[in-house]
Amino acid sequence: MSIPVRKFDAVIVGAGGSGMRASLELAQAGLRVAVLSKVFPTRSHTVAAQGGIGAALGNMGEDSWLWHMYDTVKGSDYLGDQDAIEFMCRMAPETVIELEHYGMPFDRNENGTIYQRPFGGHSANFGEKPVQRSSCAADRTGHAMLHTLYQRNVLAKTQFFVEWMALDLVRADDGQVLGVTALEMETGEIVMFHAKATLFATGGAGRIFASSTNAFINTGDGLGMAARAGIPLEDMEFWQFHPTGVAGAGVLITEGVRGEGGYLLNKDGERFMERYAPTMKDLASRDVVSRAMATEIKEGRGVGEHGDHVLLKLDHLGLETIDKRLPGIREIAMKFANVDPVKQPIPVVPTVHYQMGGIPTNFHGEVIVPASASQVVVPGFYAAGECGCASIHGANRLGTNSLTDLLVMGKSAGAAMIEYIRKSGNAHRELPATVGDFSRSRIARLDSQSGGEDVHEVRSEIQRTMQAHCGVFRFPDLLEQGVAKIKALTDRVARTQIGDKSKVFNTARVEALELDNLMETARATMVSALARQESRGAHDRADFHKRDDVNWLKHTLWFRDGDRLDYKPVHLKPLTVPTFEPKARVY
Amino acid sequence: MKFRIQRFDPDRDAKPYFKEYDLEPGPSDRMLLDALVRIKAMDDSLSLRRSCREGVCGSDAMNINGKNGLACTTKLADLPNVVTLKPLAGLPIIRDLIVDMTLFFQQYHSVKPYVIDNDPMPERERLQSPAQRDELDGLYECILCACCSTSCPSFWWNPDKFVGPAGLLQAYRFIADSRDKATNERLDDLEDPYRLFRCHTIMNCVDVCPKGLNPTLAIGRIRELLVKRAV
Repeated sequence: MSIPVRKFDAVIVGAGGSGMRASLELAQAGLRVAVLSKVFPTRSHTVAAQGGIGAALGNMGEDSWLWHMYDTVKGSDYLGDQDAIEFMCRMAPETVIELEHYGMPFDRNENGTIYQRPFGGHSANFGEKPVQRSSCAADRTGHAMLHTLYQRNVLAKTQFFVEWMALDLVRADDGQVLGVTALEMETGEIVMFHAKATLFATGGAGRIFASSTNAFINTGDGLGMAARAGIPLEDMEFWQFHPTGVAGAGVLITEGVRGEGGYLLNKDGERFMERYAPTMKDLASRDVVSRAMATEIKEGRGVGEHGDHVLLKLDHLGLETIDKRLPGIREIAMKFANVDPVKQPIPVVPTVHYQMGGIPTNFHGEVIVPASASQVVVPGFYAAGECGCASIHGANRLGTNSLTDLLVMGKSAGAAMIEYIRKSGNAHRELPATVGDFSRSRIARLDSQSGGEDVHEVRSEIQRTMQAHCGVFRFPDLLEQGVAKIKALTDRVARTQIGDKSKVFNTARVEALELDNLMETARATMVSALARQESRGAHDRADFHKRDDVNWLKHTLWFRDGDRLDYKPVHLKPLTVPTFEPKARVY
Repeated sequence: MKFRIQRFDPDRDAKPYFKEYDLEPGPSDRMLLDALVRIKAMDDSLSLRRSCREGVCGSDAMNINGKNGLACTTKLADLPNVVTLKPLAGLPIIRDLIVDMTLFFQQYHSVKPYVIDNDPMPERERLQSPAQRDELDGLYECILCACCSTSCPSFWWNPDKFVGPAGLLQAYRFIADSRDKATNERLDDLEDPYRLFRCHTIMNCVDVCPKGLNPTLAIGRIRELLVKRAV
């Protein structure tokens, strides 16, 4: 049975920061670009980013991209690829200026330049003291950035396919990527989007955990599609726990609160970060702060009836600063924690926030896979943003570097795609005869499945398992049990059943399809975490307390078939500057 | 609690009807959206949009006991024991609580929602004083949830001709931006019996905005600029 085919020069899956930065590049170059998104573009999860965009603009005092690079390499616990990190930090200022030119409503200094605030792990002069590097729009930076990018895409006449869910990657026999199949939610129709170049900008998969700052839509769709098409996933054991999620609710409280002068307290009213990070204190990197908080709670110095959280104090900043710089935080605290931070501290707990791993790419956004002894490009396939792994963030991402990554990698991938499309000529490659069959069979199974598993229940079980077995501190026995449980859940996911059989906006079907992607991400995470026998960045093993550069200064690659693992070296050599050699991390 | 939810699936139903669900909120159910997620776990055929669950993405706007709001920031504790939920009014229903927002976004696009400045860009950022930047506060925060426009009787009558409160708030966001050079063209476009002047200051928009924004005030500012320009 033939499937409707639509042809474009480029197809982009995901309309968040990186997807829309890339689409802008392509649309402005006069190419035909389709952007597919499960939600209206301004509802993508970039909208929830709060604190700012990291770039060494030097508006508040001396700064340099090299210091930013050092901080990012150190923050990554030396697992980040130093060529990609140099590229991002060098490009960051120009992409932020560009965003201003697009109309971004940045906060301003008296002299009219963009205001920048301090942020965790960002320092001057190679770790000497905190630096103001985070360009922001109050505590709504992601919202302002996402809307600005959407607005510029409206001007550039980018073609959006809103409320379309990409289902599967389509590849030729030789591996070249030819586009994706996608489901139009409103009608239930499945269409092949045939492209010369395909970009995944599908964001993270934070919803594999029970408690997450992530939106419902963050189900790792790009990761699932890539894994099913034989592409490995890189460094999936590294998940960032953001220090300050609202206790019980999971909603994010920006690190910008600490950037503006807020700090954490334990039940004794002690500013405990002074003990863990004497120089940077509450502005140490996120893995360090989250571990410190979890240690305080574990050792009985947590706050509350169950001693299960700590407090974020900011009342001393005063009403004026809070309303000017942190108005969204005040709103969130009042709604989700029932406290007014002008008067009371906010109860917070480390909460899953960001996936450092993803689809392996170079810093052009080209997807890279192993072939015999080296790494080769998958023709026509690109990934950027949280779903990609360049690897800029290594084992731990610094705050503000996610938005920087979206802008720099979105633009870089867009530019690489333009070059590739122009070289590839006018014709699209022929599609395989079986195109669409696999996607259709997934839908057909869902429609006909009886006596199957409940989507909601299986998803909850995955989330509980990840939370209990793969948290801030990781234990060998728990990880081993976790792998067994997650593998058992894979069989249940294959038998999911939905009650809703309607063709019109069938969200039960969408959630069942998303579950397939969550499953792949969860399995990649658990299997990779069990294998890595060291503690590095966000991955903390109770049985291997130290970082082990001799055996583990390398990237994990997980393959779906047989849960096979492979490894590849870290790019320690930057583009133009000397290597930052791995050393002990002290903040 | 009892939830009366308006249901409609064009595949199956001749017209919308109400379905009732009984649910006792658990200790972790704070917001209306938490309850809806639990109801959907019992009846997966209930269709609604939702994403960020913290009031910044604008997906889950609906009519809650007669007033528009976001399910994710409406506290269950603030609701009575019987909660009636309907899709936003004035836009075609696709299914259940999901409406077709095409007209709403067309109006948004019609105000040219981007800074217009055809001069060559400087090497660095364009300068803007804190006071100039303050002019954008209360405007740029809009999440395009459509609570305001779909509570506006003028928008119900003329969704194809009246820009509506959300679109006009954004029209003023760009007029108010010191970097925008197209104020006159923007005012020309709005000086129209329908596009701007269908606003009769009923102020439902202000009443329902989940972000506490004030479209009526912005519309008033646009009117003032039109008057100033005329004299």
